[in-house]
Amino acid sequence: MLTIANTQFSSRLITGTGKFASGQSMQAALSASGTELVTLALKRLDLVQNKDDILAPLQELGVRLLPNTSGAKTAEEAVFAARLAREALGTNWLKLEIHPDQRYLLPDPIETLKAAEQLVKEGFIVLPYCGADPVLCMRLQEVGCAAVMPLGAPIGSNRGLLSKDFLDIIVEQSQVSVIVDAGIGAPSHAAQAMEMGVDAVLVNTAIAVSPNPVAMGRAFKQAVSAGRTAFEAGLGSVQKNAEASSPLTGFLEHL
Amino acid sequence: MQLIINDTPQQFAQGLTVSELLEALKQPALGVAVAVNAQVVSKSQWSQTRLQDADRITLFKVVAGG
Repeated sequence: MLTIANTQFSSRLITGTGKFASGQSMQAALSASGTELVTLALKRLDLVQNKDDILAPLQELGVRLLPNTSGAKTAEEAVFAARLAREALGTNWLKLEIHPDQRYLLPDPIETLKAAEQLVKEGFIVLPYCGADPVLCMRLQEVGCAAVMPLGAPIGSNRGLLSKDFLDIIVEQSQVSVIVDAGIGAPSHAAQAMEMGVDAVLVNTAIAVSPNPVAMGRAFKQAVSAGRTAFEAGLGSVQKNAEASSPLTGFLEHL
Repeated sequence: MQLIINDTPQQFAQGLTVSELLEALKQPALGVAVAVNAQVVSKSQWSQTRLQDADRITLFKVVAGG
């Protein structure tokens, strides 16, 4: 079971709700993925065009909602967005994300730490999106974050675990759950992360933009489950030289 | 009185509360957040918070995101 802030989840796959072609497609794909925790964003209400209801299909699925602070470029903006999200959804769970740079959407470590500290004091359950920096992850843990969410690669890039070696250190050191967020573009990436011992992965783009989001949601569910089972079973050690799997007894040498 | 709602001026009756404003705008309570003059108004305060002439109201809603 995945445990975050004393709440247990049977699924270790957290999903985003962005980029789906329709609410129906999102609902079907998330259902197939088995996810129990999904992210949402906030925007200014458009009083003229305001038809899409994201909440109804998610309420039908019975998933827990995790609003994010996407759009915030500073700690101050993120704290404001967090307070809005708490009122909008009646939850103190929060995915903290502060990425001032539009090209790579990389999280600002200084603003993220500053906002995390403030939000924990205000009673939020803070899950910060951050760089795969082991020192920063420890600092985020020390200020009271309920998990850390280091990136595999830039958001939506589908490039997989570019940060693998640093994720290994984060997993080794962390006392709170480690959730690899961003960059996971294929079920094999998710399986790899789970095999390394991360507690969960967050996937959005790879499922949402697939020509068949339902099948892709299912594929991620299977990959996360397989990766976790492999981690728990224990992987064999990696070495340079071969080690025979069959007995090398030389029984053919004297023919 | 005039309220500036998401940058657009609109006329409303005096003494309107935040709850009454959302009703008038046909907005559901869930998935919506309100700031008055850049201060977030807690949902528990919506029915008691009376708006003043020239208040700047910012309405936010939950949308899909990653």
